[in-house]
Amino acid sequence: MSYTIDGETGPWELVIGLEVHAQVVSNAKLFSGAATEFGAEPNSQVSFIDAGFPGMLPVINRECVAQAVRTGLGLNAQVNLWSRFDRKNYFYADLPQGYQISQFAHPIIGTGQVEIALQDGSTKVIGITRLHLEQDAGKSIHDQHPSKSFIDLNRSGVALMEIVSEPDMRSPEEAGAYLTKLRQILRYLGTCDGNMEEGSMRADVNVSVRKAGEEFRTRCEVKNVNSIRFVMQAVEAEARRQIEVWESGGEVTQETRLFDTGRGITRSMRSKEDAHDYRYFPDPDLPPLVIEQSWVDALKAALPELPDARRARYVHDFGVTPYDAHVLTLEKETAAYYEAVAKGRDAKQAANWVMGDLFAAINRTKTSIVEPPVSAADLGALLDLMADNTLSGKLAKEVFEAMVETGRAPGLIVEERGLRQVTDTGAIEAVIDGVLAANADKVAEYRSGKDKLFGFFVGQTMRAMQGKGNPALVNELLKTKLS
Amino acid sequence: MHPTDFTLAGAVAALEEGVISAEELTRAHVEAVEALNPRLNALITVTADQAMEAARASDARRKRGEAGPLEGIPLAIKDLFCTEGVQTTAGSKILEGFIPPYESTVTSQLKRDGAVFLGKANLDEFAMGSSNLTSAYGGVLNPWSRRNDPDARLVPGGSSGGSAAAVAARMALGATGTDTGGSIRQPAAFCGIAGIKPTYGRCSRFGIVAYASSLDQAGPFGRTVEDCAILLRSMAGFDPKDSTSADRPVPDFAAACGRSVKGLRIGVPREYHMDGMPAEIEKLWRQGLDWLREAGAEIVDISLPHARYALPTYYIVAPAEASSNLARYDGVRFGKRVAEPNSDLRDLYERTRAAGFGAEVRRRIMIGTYVLSAGYYDAYYLKAQKVRALIARDFREAWSKVDAILAPATPSAAFAEGENSDDPVQMYLNDVFTVTANLAGLPGLSVPAGLDPQGLPLGLQVLGRPFDEETVFAVGAALERAADFRALPGMRAGA
Repeated sequence: MSYTIDGETGPWELVIGLEVHAQVVSNAKLFSGAATEFGAEPNSQVSFIDAGFPGMLPVINRECVAQAVRTGLGLNAQVNLWSRFDRKNYFYADLPQGYQISQFAHPIIGTGQVEIALQDGSTKVIGITRLHLEQDAGKSIHDQHPSKSFIDLNRSGVALMEIVSEPDMRSPEEAGAYLTKLRQILRYLGTCDGNMEEGSMRADVNVSVRKAGEEFRTRCEVKNVNSIRFVMQAVEAEARRQIEVWESGGEVTQETRLFDTGRGITRSMRSKEDAHDYRYFPDPDLPPLVIEQSWVDALKAALPELPDARRARYVHDFGVTPYDAHVLTLEKETAAYYEAVAKGRDAKQAANWVMGDLFAAINRTKTSIVEPPVSAADLGALLDLMADNTLSGKLAKEVFEAMVETGRAPGLIVEERGLRQVTDTGAIEAVIDGVLAANADKVAEYRSGKDKLFGFFVGQTMRAMQGKGNPALVNELLKTKLS
Repeated sequence: MHPTDFTLAGAVAALEEGVISAEELTRAHVEAVEALNPRLNALITVTADQAMEAARASDARRKRGEAGPLEGIPLAIKDLFCTEGVQTTAGSKILEGFIPPYESTVTSQLKRDGAVFLGKANLDEFAMGSSNLTSAYGGVLNPWSRRNDPDARLVPGGSSGGSAAAVAARMALGATGTDTGGSIRQPAAFCGIAGIKPTYGRCSRFGIVAYASSLDQAGPFGRTVEDCAILLRSMAGFDPKDSTSADRPVPDFAAACGRSVKGLRIGVPREYHMDGMPAEIEKLWRQGLDWLREAGAEIVDISLPHARYALPTYYIVAPAEASSNLARYDGVRFGKRVAEPNSDLRDLYERTRAAGFGAEVRRRIMIGTYVLSAGYYDAYYLKAQKVRALIARDFREAWSKVDAILAPATPSAAFAEGENSDDPVQMYLNDVFTVTANLAGLPGLSVPAGLDPQGLPLGLQVLGRPFDEETVFAVGAALERAADFRALPGMRAGA
């Protein structure tokens, strides 16, 4: 059942396309040697090229091109060996050259595709139209002075990849899943850090609505949405607005809008008539960007394993469910953690511990998988203690909590607290004998057919052993003694 | 002999032989600048003290045995080259007071080779013009004058008019220029000196204030072809800071000046015979061909069928690029800023650019903005790019038949201030013989070859294959020898 929004005139379909700006991970800017570190002092990472000084010329940064190619390969996209930089001309105080260098007509990456996973377990392929390289602008700061605006050019000239999707998404969920997947791929590749709150990834959301079977209607672009949740909210808010416009007899006009996160609505920013004429033309300072197929091949050979491949491997090699594989591969740091725990151990059990106890502990202690409360090595050691019967599952949970609390290795905790489970049948039998003797009436009832009492004997035995009895042995010995 | 009478090559030799010191040579030129610049206005900024200091340092280097190929040679630098610590105006009010914290690659290479800079030469604003009259710092007077009308104020040509006038008047032994549509070759012809625009990519554009990036190219002025060759060798070379600079070795251009032209095939483009061309230009051209034939070259008629579209093509491509290149002069980060206390950003832009740019620059920004606008791009800019490709193809085909091309440098001798000025298109026609080399990226050398009936110099232009400046220099030097051009401008040092 496809997603629709019900209006007064019936259900409406949504048509969504995303343009994602992803800041390239690189030490230097796209066309200058200036550094790109986030959060540096304003205007401390600016070369004369970035500041648009007279006579300054751009020179392409090879690593930024490599990052774009890697990303293209990760998006199963066509890599164009010939591409070109154009100038997009407009005046703004934080655009020092008076133009942005971008790839308008001939992007480095052509069509590709991304498969997204949806909550109902289905998957969908979203088309990629193109990916191109461009410069970021600087930042205008309007709230530091009553009458002046300040300009920070640290970001000016930083390399961005603009990744444009086809209008293939049909629901807020799909838009969210696409952005999640894109971010995941970029992070796996190491081509963008995906930090939306720092602005290194931002999305322009194109939304239109239509009745089933119709051609596309007019779309609006919601600019600069900076979280996955806001993208999903913006899609729905903008779709509802457009439905209202159509149903009240109006017409949606093509325009650029902003998402007001506080009020959950979109607001008009500028109409099509006010749109800039960017006067694109090929940048005469830069020859066409020509790359060799052999270089692309070398980059491809060196690509890390991508989420889809890793997920498939987890299902195939580790026997975890597709859903668990999906969760474990969402972040490459989680996957790395999981693999360290699972290696040479029961992979399904490892998955349960990572997704259960570890994730809960991370949430509770407000830590992250990068700085986890329990290291992968320690969690692995804990699993080993279960495998060799030193710990029961129940004891292991107790030890795990102690590990979270103290940060110490499980072996040490077991020793210190004497939490080793008892597997000595003689010792267990002695306890059982005592329990049975003290509850002769219950033993009689059990033997006369009250099977339910078995749990009572297990509980009494375990309590007498402070929970350290091996549960399987306790069960087995009780059955023998009671029969 | 007065030190300003040296050719650059002669001065190099005299310095090497110890006949003169760099300090003496520079002082003579500084004095010439002080005497003549108030009348000629060839230099916007005079750096006499720095020049003398540089000359003394040069003598010290020579003493240590560290003399470079241009050791102690005083030069004028077109005020389009950014020079560290020295005001660089581009001939515009908008850059008044702008002192670059960096040095252009070309000037840093000249310094590396020992050259001494006398100052920054006047030019048409942002190199847009053919008369030097668009300079915000006033026009430059051509040191030559008409026999029958000696009081007429003649222009030196443009845009590198200050550079050409300074070299012609012997204020400097040589100068740098830039040539986007003829801005070296036309003023060289008007001032009776030699000037070459090398192949696009031969010299780095890094640190040169951009006019039209795909056409701009730096080159030298000299009083002889050999002087140009010596200077170009220092100016040229691959620069990783300019993506359009060519990664190829720099030959010994001066050696090429001595090559024979025997057996070379010299092309005569039939399309360059234009209606209304002055008889003396046509005559000089024939004379040049005769000289080369006598020197053993073969004269071949060729056709450049798209050449007649070169001028309109140039006046679309160049303004288009300029409209974008000049967007950075916005009053925000450097140079002039004009604003009222309550100006918003748009008002700041409008006031700054209205006050900072002269009429010709504004005209070209508007033309360029127009031809790039939605709805006009295909009809103008894109069409011009296609014609440009056809012009380049014409030349490629020509190079299968000839080794160099001979043409006039300009359609007339120097004109007077006020002439050609009421109609911009009339002014643009000055570039008719020169713009093709820029559109096709070819080297072009202007050589003084004769005088018009008024006693004003006229130039011939040699065009060559891309990166074959050596043949261009060989042909130019042959013309120079045959022409034996000895006339001197009335206004010059030592006169």
